[in-house]
Amino acid sequence: MKLVVLLKQTFDTEAKIVLKDGKIDDSGVTLIINPYDEFAVEEALRIKEKLGQGEVVVVSAGSDRAQEALRQALAMGADRAVLVKTDGLQLDEMVVAEVLAKVLQQMEYDLILAGWRAIDDSSAQVGVRVAEILGLPQINLVTKLEVGEGKITGHREIEGGTEVVEVPLPALVTAQRGLNEPRYPSMKGIMQAKKKELKVINAADLGVNATPKVEIKEIFLPKGKQAGKIFTDEPAVAVAKLVKALREEAKVI
Amino acid sequence: MGKVWVVAEQREGKLKKVTFEMVTLARQIGGEVEGVVIGKDVKGLASELGEYGVGKVYVADHPDLEQYTTAKYTRVLAELINKEKPEVVLIANSAQGRDFAPRTAQRVGAGQISDITGYEEGVFVRPIYAGKAYTKVGATSHPLIVTVRPNVFPAAEKTGGQAAIEEVAVSFMPEDLKAIVKEVVKQVSGRPELTEADIIVSGGRGMKGPENFKLLEDLADVLGAAVGASRAAVDAGWREHRYQVGQTGKTVSPSLYIAVGISGAIQHLAGMGSSKVIVAINKDPEANIFKVADYGIVGDLFEIVPLLTEEFKKLLKS
Repeated sequence: MKLVVLLKQTFDTEAKIVLKDGKIDDSGVTLIINPYDEFAVEEALRIKEKLGQGEVVVVSAGSDRAQEALRQALAMGADRAVLVKTDGLQLDEMVVAEVLAKVLQQMEYDLILAGWRAIDDSSAQVGVRVAEILGLPQINLVTKLEVGEGKITGHREIEGGTEVVEVPLPALVTAQRGLNEPRYPSMKGIMQAKKKELKVINAADLGVNATPKVEIKEIFLPKGKQAGKIFTDEPAVAVAKLVKALREEAKVI
Repeated sequence: MGKVWVVAEQREGKLKKVTFEMVTLARQIGGEVEGVVIGKDVKGLASELGEYGVGKVYVADHPDLEQYTTAKYTRVLAELINKEKPEVVLIANSAQGRDFAPRTAQRVGAGQISDITGYEEGVFVRPIYAGKAYTKVGATSHPLIVTVRPNVFPAAEKTGGQAAIEEVAVSFMPEDLKAIVKEVVKQVSGRPELTEADIIVSGGRGMKGPENFKLLEDLADVLGAAVGASRAAVDAGWREHRYQVGQTGKTVSPSLYIAVGISGAIQHLAGMGSSKVIVAINKDPEANIFKVADYGIVGDLFEIVPLLTEEFKKLLKS
């Protein structure tokens, strides 16, 4: 089975956001595989292991630095990687999706996996847009996945419950927390990853002619909060004061 | 500004609150506010929208639309957009809306601005890095699809009025019917959904074990609140993943967020920082959560939470 995972490199979840010249400053920030994409990588590896055959290819659109994230996925056990360099291009979610779809059209795949969103911009669009461009059915926000003969069944999170959906292959699935626990790369995996193929493509050479439909006009940081009121009286008094404040001052009860 | 569409979110024949919140936003954007209702036996909902001042409502009513699937909703909405050419299409940023919005956007060649929490003169405000920063995003072309975070905009009030109702012819292609919904398992819970809840009571590592979440559930029941958890509590296996609030969990914006035994890791603060009022209960006065809390009590949660439950009970009964 040919499995492709779309992977994005993101800031570590602990990262503090600093603006420099109106843009987000990434200097000194630890970069990681987007946590939701990590579930997708793990799931692809498990499917391959379960079937006893197949190939897992990780594909990322980003800067040169994204090679670190791809190497990590290779160290986890992916077979090969593709980086599509998007430096200098005007991007929005549609353009990124068109770029990735162009690369995927040159590959073989039965199942494409991605995180349901990236924790940085949290647009939750690229995977689904890729599915649309490639004409694939999708199962979004999957917390459990079963691969059958020519089809897959995904348990997906919906408001107030879970939905079990079956679609024919090839298809695209987006991963939600709960799907699995991603493995850590082993020392052996890290050594092997160095020898695995990591192909670099320039997005500019792909002939994608989509242009951004939305643009960021401004980035700003939320206003710092004023220090709140801390009640330090004995518990019963503190609780009474808190409830009174919530009703009369904050007016939320 | 041309037509601004509100794609109604309905479940089991009832319009969800976010639909009325989107009507408020549509009015702020300006232009002609129109509605779209998709489902089975949903004509009544279209007239209901009219009572909220929506001038015209497109109704796609079809037996095959009883069960939501991505492909069916995308087919209906994309064709309608191509035909009627709205400028802005508002869709709820719910599990369902998030699922068909990008697919529809791609099909009609539109940009999408996801999970917005504000609007200012032609640009949409949305959090990035789970609220550690915000962006103002504008469209360079139309149509534009916008998904709207529930609980952010006030729900529109009834203005009276009657919508012109236009029935939409619905037909599917074979590929639209390939996805089969085998089963829908509903969580049996009387509590609201985390992302829709007006009040959330959340527990962290300080809860010490799964059994103690009963304290939070009791408090939540009195307040009609949802119960959330920090990543630490979820990783410890005390609560299911679906209840996690934080950068790798749910992003929430209730009117009141009560954080109990939560130290306030940056990734948790990111998920709940946009709550209108934050209350922290923690025994460590140095805990990070107190830096974002509007109100706090430093003390033993096992003593304070039951007192709080009683106090609210008294208040809400009177």
